[in-house]
Amino acid sequence: MSLSALLPPLKSEDWRYAPQAALAAVWPVEVEEIRVSAGASERLCITQQGGEEPIARQLLVVLEDRAEFDLTLLNLGGAYSRIAVEAHLGKGARLFIGGVQLGGGGDVLEIVTEVIHEAPDAESRQVIRSVAGGHASVTYLGKVRVERGADGTDGAQSVRAMLLDRTAIANARPELEIYADDVKCAHGCAVGELDAMGLFYLASRGLPPAAAKALMLQAFIAEGLEGAGESESDNLHALALTRLQSLLEAGQ
Amino acid sequence: MLKIENLSATIADKPILKGLSLRINAGEIHAIMGPNGAGKSTLGYTLGGRPGYEVTGGSVDFAGQDLLALAPHERAAAGLFLGFQYPVEIPGVSFVQFLREALNAQRRSRDEAPLSGGEFLKLAREKAALLKMDMEMMKRPVNVGFSGGEKKRAEMVQMGILDPKLAILDETDSGLDIDALRICGEGINAIMRKPDKAVLLITHYQRLLDYVQPDFVHVLAGGRIVKSGGPELALELEEHGYEAVA
Repeated sequence: MSLSALLPPLKSEDWRYAPQAALAAVWPVEVEEIRVSAGASERLCITQQGGEEPIARQLLVVLEDRAEFDLTLLNLGGAYSRIAVEAHLGKGARLFIGGVQLGGGGDVLEIVTEVIHEAPDAESRQVIRSVAGGHASVTYLGKVRVERGADGTDGAQSVRAMLLDRTAIANARPELEIYADDVKCAHGCAVGELDAMGLFYLASRGLPPAAAKALMLQAFIAEGLEGAGESESDNLHALALTRLQSLLEAGQ
Repeated sequence: MLKIENLSATIADKPILKGLSLRINAGEIHAIMGPNGAGKSTLGYTLGGRPGYEVTGGSVDFAGQDLLALAPHERAAAGLFLGFQYPVEIPGVSFVQFLREALNAQRRSRDEAPLSGGEFLKLAREKAALLKMDMEMMKRPVNVGFSGGEKKRAEMVQMGILDPKLAILDETDSGLDIDALRICGEGINAIMRKPDKAVLLITHYQRLLDYVQPDFVHVLAGGRIVKSGGPELALELEEHGYEAVA
């Protein structure tokens, strides 16, 4: 049997933007389990900075009844850098996934999520903000699945990407799969470029173009880092800013 | 201070300014009036360097520099301020954050020491008070959720903080109620009526000129200045309309 036969099939939606060579290097991906016990509240920040070597992480998150979890994913670049999350929500659980991806050069970045509401009255919110320059490709594939009987579910996905160059690519696929009756699910998705009038306004006050862009991009990604908590927040913002500045320099 | 000679400009290949000439000396306040579509806002944007506004002829000298050769942020650092008719909303970026960065970028380019956070806030507070603007509003995202009048007052606060040599104010009076009009007018006088500064007011109406008395009034029509005069010209226009006067 050839190696490719062991890899996920090309038709698999969750892997469709992953280059085959990178996939072969990371496959099979070890699953890291995170369990938040009933009524507990936890927070985790993952910063992933890839290089030439492909990286893929697969998290399995289990939230027991009324558990709360704030997960922040900061994907800072790499030839292939993927963070995948499968989350199972118990009754009355609350999950926030904030994701920020900053890609330049030939980076291929992915955040892939599957949030499964298995019991009633759980809440999930996902905020993904991606910035891509050069020939980078940034992808978010996110599914919210509401199982039969998981009434009172509140699920939201907000997905936005900003392209710094016309050669960059953003893929976004927010997806809902609902088998319960009484649910509230919302998703929004937008891919755009920095507002030219906003940039001119900032420049007219004396801000050089790179500083004006960095300021607007910092504002753009801020929502994705909202779940980070005070102790980590400054550090993540600083890492993101350094990365944004390098993307802007590369684009000049 | 500003010497515009035979300036022509196009937007998307459509000629808007067609040989406009105007000279403004330090210490002077000029008003440009004119019918809709005459090119008033285009003049402001062209001088500010807005992308898409292409200069096809003529020259602009600003305090001894070729203004048209400078990027928008360099024009600001050289001492030009453009007050927007429709100030832009920028979610997530606060006034104080961006203004401090902008002011310090200007200062660095002039080899002046940057202001510390404390020094900047003191300056901002002083200018906000001048425009009767709550300092808390200046900590909010740029223009987001501001009323028309608040946006225009915030423009004047920015002008006060940046302390330009020349302010081009594009319809600062539009969208203002009577009180806000007076506050903005007094703000313009306090900040800009000085021997080493100058103002170009772009307006439709006499009412702002009641507060900010111009030394010269020009009528812009068809992309060029068709008539110039003293303050009495504005009154004449108000009474008889553009068609009769220009």
